[in-house]
Amino acid sequence: MTRRKPIATGSDWNFEVLEAYERELACLADEYRLDTYPNQIEIITTEQMMDAYASVGMPVGYHHWSFGKQFLAVEQAYRRGQMGLAYELVINSDPCIAYLMEENTLMMQVLVMAHACYGHNSFFKGNYLFRAWTDASSIVDYLVFARKYVADCEQRHGVTAVEQLLDACHALQNYGVDRYKRPSPISAEEEARRQTEREAYLQAQVNMLWRTIPDRPLDDALPGSLSDGEDPLGLREGGRYPPEPQENLLYFIEKNAPLLAPWQREIVRIVRKLAQYFYPQRQTQVMNEGWASFWHYTLMNRLYDDGLVDEGLILEFLQSHTAVVNQPDFDSPYYSGINPYALGFAMFSDIKRMCEAPTDEDREWFPDTAGGDWLETVHFAMRNFKDESFIQQFLSPKVIRDLKLFTIVDDDQDEMLEVTAIHDERGYRRVRDALATQYALSVREPNIQVHAANIRGDRSLTLHHVQDSRRPLGRSVYPVLRHLYQLWGFPVRLESIMDDDSVGRSLQWPLPDEEAK
Amino acid sequence: MTYFIDRRANAKHKSAVNRQRFLDRYRTHIKRSVEEAVNRRSITDMERGEKVSIPARDISEPVFQHGPGGKRTIVSPGNKEFVEGDRLRRPGGGGAGGAGEGGASNQGEGMDEFAFTLSREEFLDFVFDGLELPHLERKALVDLDEVRPVRAGVSRDGVPARMNIVRSMREAYARRIAMRAPIRRALREAREALDMEEGKDPVLRNPARIAELKAEIERLEKRLEAVPFIDTYDLRYNNLINQPQPSSKAVMFCVMDVSGSMTQAHKDIAKRFFLLLYLFLERNYEKVELVFVRHHTAAKEVDEEEFFYSRETGGTIVSSALTLVDEIITKRYPPGQWNLYVAQASDGDNWDDDSITCREQLMKSLMPRLQYYTYVEITPHAHQALWEEYETVADEFPDRFAMRQIVEAGDIYPVFRELFKRRSAH
Repeated sequence: MTRRKPIATGSDWNFEVLEAYERELACLADEYRLDTYPNQIEIITTEQMMDAYASVGMPVGYHHWSFGKQFLAVEQAYRRGQMGLAYELVINSDPCIAYLMEENTLMMQVLVMAHACYGHNSFFKGNYLFRAWTDASSIVDYLVFARKYVADCEQRHGVTAVEQLLDACHALQNYGVDRYKRPSPISAEEEARRQTEREAYLQAQVNMLWRTIPDRPLDDALPGSLSDGEDPLGLREGGRYPPEPQENLLYFIEKNAPLLAPWQREIVRIVRKLAQYFYPQRQTQVMNEGWASFWHYTLMNRLYDDGLVDEGLILEFLQSHTAVVNQPDFDSPYYSGINPYALGFAMFSDIKRMCEAPTDEDREWFPDTAGGDWLETVHFAMRNFKDESFIQQFLSPKVIRDLKLFTIVDDDQDEMLEVTAIHDERGYRRVRDALATQYALSVREPNIQVHAANIRGDRSLTLHHVQDSRRPLGRSVYPVLRHLYQLWGFPVRLESIMDDDSVGRSLQWPLPDEEAK
Repeated sequence: MTYFIDRRANAKHKSAVNRQRFLDRYRTHIKRSVEEAVNRRSITDMERGEKVSIPARDISEPVFQHGPGGKRTIVSPGNKEFVEGDRLRRPGGGGAGGAGEGGASNQGEGMDEFAFTLSREEFLDFVFDGLELPHLERKALVDLDEVRPVRAGVSRDGVPARMNIVRSMREAYARRIAMRAPIRRALREAREALDMEEGKDPVLRNPARIAELKAEIERLEKRLEAVPFIDTYDLRYNNLINQPQPSSKAVMFCVMDVSGSMTQAHKDIAKRFFLLLYLFLERNYEKVELVFVRHHTAAKEVDEEEFFYSRETGGTIVSSALTLVDEIITKRYPPGQWNLYVAQASDGDNWDDDSITCREQLMKSLMPRLQYYTYVEITPHAHQALWEEYETVADEFPDRFAMRQIVEAGDIYPVFRELFKRRSAH
């Protein structure tokens, strides 16, 4: 390999230099078959970075106090030096928007380009979850639509009314996602065109559901219902509604809440659509950051090998990289959970190692991977997994040993904690299982579904919380139920289903004694 | 494939609206913090923002979460001495125990206070929220020399800088349509005639007629082209006219005792009171003039700097200051044009017989002309003659004369708020 002259030295940057580095990175990315959306790199100031932070990185967004709170928190932390701003922020859109802060050094800018514009970008384009659940080309348009729609509603119905509605929707945001079926793609033009039409249609549907005059064809009667002594007139024989439990609470509300006005349904829909957009990101944190870190490490080293950056820059890079992928021990004062950058980087690097220099252990544990083509294998891993399955599939004994992972069982029926597995022959598999489970969204978040809406009686809504390992709901459940009640308009019940399928604690809102008053 | 965009020049403060929404929502909380801050701080320190804390539970955004309890398996890094089967005591009271699962610290849960910083503007907004200068009446009588340019439609003449492009272009377009229409019609007729002539059998054609028509078409086309795209006649300008403004000018007299009986602590409190007032005025009303009068045995009009920061001592004759204020009003601020406010700070010491003079002067000549008179007495001691005399004035003018006592620095802000609380229509 011929060594070339460094494109630039020192820590100052200008646009020509950035463009030159970007071209080099693009060539290298091609060589490594990183398929990306076009990049739109925006240079911004600190203040603008804080703005971007506050809006979860979305370039435009509707107004809500919670974003203001976020902004104040970021600003405070930044001013007091508790927190450095992230060096980059990248948006899953087509073109892929990446923000570079102006006070970054040259090294940082090149690092960020490698990390965001080629790492994250190729992940957004390649990973199956993103391919299935988000539509990168239309998100910015949709955000514009959402912002305008919410602003119009504020004009027409008042800021407070909209704000309360959004509060309620945000509380249920994580339950506004279809987990198993792919949503239809969102497009701003379509939205705007269909929106009026949809309002009328949706309302008609809801009216159908809630009409009080029975109008059911006779042959619709369930077999055997006539023999039901409790209900000789067959008033309740329509069966439970919804017939199947619904996991997407916001969708259920949008379509079925009896009292919401059409514009309110549309706002529920907006929150739901945006939650859907962020859904893959919540499930691929380790992979996404690991992939991006793996590639910035690889690309930066290639730049150095090719002589395009000098020793000063690569040393500065190594220092920064080490800080990013550092994993403090559990008993360190800096410990705040497992660092997704560290775990992800370790795993992708380990896949490469297994392919290039497999040990006997690797051959035994990963017969398909060991000794294979590393580039092919990492691409395969990136494309077809999410955190949970990625760890289950690729976490090797070596990574477990390096990070010295161990599991502790915390059981409230046992007064002691128990160490159940450590990084040894007997523990590898159990550690791996436990870690994968820890990243499963279904375990991280309580499993709550719509069980029944009483459409023939008091219109109350019943949710089921299927308990996992006897873990109860946190105290925030009451405020959330209150929000749900605001949306539904009639009493809301939440029943916990225990491991043995019996109904445990049952909560309701409004509180029973309040009703009595 | 890659574009670089320099956004640095773009607007920052994209979050300004959201930030304001947040502040509005937690108004009461923030106000409480601000009040505490005002009392705690030196008033000269008002020029910066303030750190405000709100209990985190009040602003949390609830979501369904797992609570403590049940059976959990936690994976942590950095094992040192544990082996499988070790049993450990549960770390009491949430010490370091490796139970820090990623989600637990999410959303600032476990953080007791949500702290943030108000900017100076926001801070002062809260400080002066709901206050106003009482009885600021509009004195519009003679004082019509104050004018403000306002927009008044569109006119045919004006300066180029005020040109209304859209209207001008529209006029031009209309004129072009109007001027071209007859030419177009003639042109169309001529072309039709020419077509007809040329369509005839070659034998029957009239070459002279053809030549004539061709010349005509050429002439018309030239005329069509000659219609100007835009003409001075089309230009329209945004018209501004000067509208007389009813004036709401006010002048504030700050009167302070700097005699020997006023200790440094007293002066500090007085200074703070006036500074608060000063910030309030500068903020709420653009047209407010300030006159600073300090007195011991003799009164003197001074500038702001001297008023607050120079020192003098001597006895106390309050009426000297009132006389000076009276003179200044007569000379410079005719009550017909100005709203007059007086704020006085003193420790209550005065020559005994002078207090009666003060009362008479107030009742007879000052109060009828003033909008509002505030008196703060800075003393922990019993009131003296001046206070008593002033009380009779207050009885006489309950709406327009207010007096309060300040004992320590902490009272300043509450007293200030009380004095200037917004009153529903007086």
